[in-house]
Amino acid sequence: MEYFVQQLINGITLGSIYGLIAIGYTMVFGIIGMVNFAHGDVFMVSAFIALIAFLIVTTWLGISSVALALFIVLIAAMLFTSLINWAIERVAYRPLRGSFRLAPLISAIGMSIFLSNFVQVAQGPRNKSIPPMVQGEFVLFKTNNFPVTLSYKQLVIWGVTAVLLLAFWYLVAKTPLGRAQRACEQDQKMAALVGVDVDRTISMTFVIAAALAAVAGTMYLMYYGVVSFSDGFVPGVKAFTAAVLGGIGSLPGAVIGGLLIGLIETFWSAYFSIDYKDVAAFSVLAITLIFLPQGLFGRPDVEKV
Amino acid sequence: MRAGSPGERVRNERSPAAQAFRDAAFAGLIAFGLFLPLIGFLTGVNGSNQLILTTRWPLLFAFVVVVAVCRFTYCFARASRPAPQPASATAAPSFPQKLRGYFARWGIPCAIGFAIVYPFIVFVTAGASGGQKWIDNFGIQILIYVMLGSGLNIVVGLAGLLDLGYVAFYAVGAYSYALLAKTFGLTFWLLLPLAGILSSFWGILLGFPVLRLRGDYLAIVTLAFGEIIRLILINWTDLTNGYAGISGIPRPTFFGIPFNADDNGFAAIFGLEYTPLYRIIFLYYLILALALLTCFVTVRLRRLPIGRAWEALREDEIACRSLGINTTNTKLTAFAMGAMFAGFAGSFFAAREAFISPESFTFIESATILAIVVLGGMGSQIGVVIAAIAMIGGTEILRQLDFLQKIFGPTFDPTQYRMLLFGFAMVAIMIWRPRGLISTREPSIFLKERKTIAADLVKQGHG
Repeated sequence: MEYFVQQLINGITLGSIYGLIAIGYTMVFGIIGMVNFAHGDVFMVSAFIALIAFLIVTTWLGISSVALALFIVLIAAMLFTSLINWAIERVAYRPLRGSFRLAPLISAIGMSIFLSNFVQVAQGPRNKSIPPMVQGEFVLFKTNNFPVTLSYKQLVIWGVTAVLLLAFWYLVAKTPLGRAQRACEQDQKMAALVGVDVDRTISMTFVIAAALAAVAGTMYLMYYGVVSFSDGFVPGVKAFTAAVLGGIGSLPGAVIGGLLIGLIETFWSAYFSIDYKDVAAFSVLAITLIFLPQGLFGRPDVEKV
Repeated sequence: MRAGSPGERVRNERSPAAQAFRDAAFAGLIAFGLFLPLIGFLTGVNGSNQLILTTRWPLLFAFVVVVAVCRFTYCFARASRPAPQPASATAAPSFPQKLRGYFARWGIPCAIGFAIVYPFIVFVTAGASGGQKWIDNFGIQILIYVMLGSGLNIVVGLAGLLDLGYVAFYAVGAYSYALLAKTFGLTFWLLLPLAGILSSFWGILLGFPVLRLRGDYLAIVTLAFGEIIRLILINWTDLTNGYAGISGIPRPTFFGIPFNADDNGFAAIFGLEYTPLYRIIFLYYLILALALLTCFVTVRLRRLPIGRAWEALREDEIACRSLGINTTNTKLTAFAMGAMFAGFAGSFFAAREAFISPESFTFIESATILAIVVLGGMGSQIGVVIAAIAMIGGTEILRQLDFLQKIFGPTFDPTQYRMLLFGFAMVAIMIWRPRGLISTREPSIFLKERKTIAADLVKQGHG
């Protein structure tokens, strides 16, 4: 029981990170129908930006307040990652809009390879580890000498994820930008006819996706304390699995899918075999797509002639 | 779409140079933002193993200036060039028609002839030791990818099923050969077809559950399958020896004569002095024969009913089904044929390297093969060959650029930019020619006369 609760806490933490990345996949797929393969690597780049911002804040500026430092790191990562994803969309995807279906996917795969190798060349192939940012933990309860703990960093991840999801929900549901996004998702040509700037809306979608990925990247760095150039691929595929599981195109689906994938992975590692935890996540992806292609909350895809 | 917008009018009032300068300054500003974190700062480790930051302002400045100058040149050239006449777009290609006819007739035989005499040309120009490198790293490597590209071309180019886990079948072929040859001592010539059969069996096995999926979803599921197979190869250490891989795989023999320095080796029997060169030349011709066979079979398959069914499936699955084509069988044969050629290539790979490990079968490998198919122009056999030469040969050439070290200093290592340039090339070629290098196709079947189909008219890879 204690073990189960502990794994539940760990799973939700991991799931929050996946959920934040999954929103990026699901939004981009919803609006331009493309699997943004480079999104996992954008997440990795954001973790590197957070790492560099963290080093600047702590060693150069000498800010000792953890909350302030974390806040600055988060803002810096979101800002720079958004700029990078904006540029990626502008350079690699926009010229291919209206081209045949595979072209953006291939371009995104190329971008993914480019990003991870760019980071490898620019920052070196070694793992980068930082001292723990947030330390300490609550002991929730303790039986048979097995303490169930909730560390502060897990609490920070839960809190930041919840606040950002609320802000994000507000953005999509209540603002003109969100309305434009939903309009473009339904029918781009019609949206353009009634005065929505489609190009700008798509750009903003990439910016928002990158900002959420940057939050995930910062949280990832804070949680594990280590990042390397190859860390984008597997979390990227898992977050995509989360988006598919929740129903691609559905925003609440992405978050719930993320939590589910986090839980599945954690419990699989805890009760079965840690070696095969990625196999578990990939199998969920395959099984979902084969038996439940529209996901938990997605609309069924109607095949038109 | 932009014409007539306020920005366009303002642009026309300014001089081209001033406008280009404004654009360049803006591009430079964005480049500054883009490169500031990752180029401007370098994370390193100090003596006590702590991360420290150092700055690289000159490098960042160089990046910004390069971007700004490129943008300026581009904008200025575009603004000062007169607007193109609409008629020029439809003008006849400047390439002489006669030369094109000769090329169509003699191009392929010439290319095959060149491939056959390639080892001798290399020896004359590069000498024995240099020639070995050029045959091994260029000739054999490119031909393996020609073979893999042709196999994937059946799945992606002809049947329109986007497969991102193709490397799994390559791995199945390689591990089948390695394990069967080491455990049962079977020969290469027996195991080559067997590896192909096993791979195509896996193609059907993995193809069966994904029959209903299309397009991007299919791509992602095949990617998941590819990764699952790789993870199993890593973790099932009893069978595959995990990360350490399998070494000491028997090499292929020349009709039973091994290529070694023994008395009954190839060199001794033919009265030659022993060098490893004979084995490499033998492997070159072996893979050349296999690649030619693959190309020939693929080209012929396209004319068979099954090949036409594949192409019909690619263009429109619903129409295909309503015409009475069994789409299940059509898809499964495409998966099985594609996987079979990957199995051949895999067993050749294992025999050539004599060592395999899961490291050789990563996703990057699948992406490389897919890039070859798509960049070549999907469905085009010649395109696959050209793209394989360009992508694999191009990245291999980076290993040979020693003179760059004289320019950038001894610490400069061109090979680390290999994958960086590879990714960049994928994006650049997609933007430049989204339909690949060979984008027009001859129809496989025609009524009365043969017409060339422009790429815009076919869906190709609609999925």
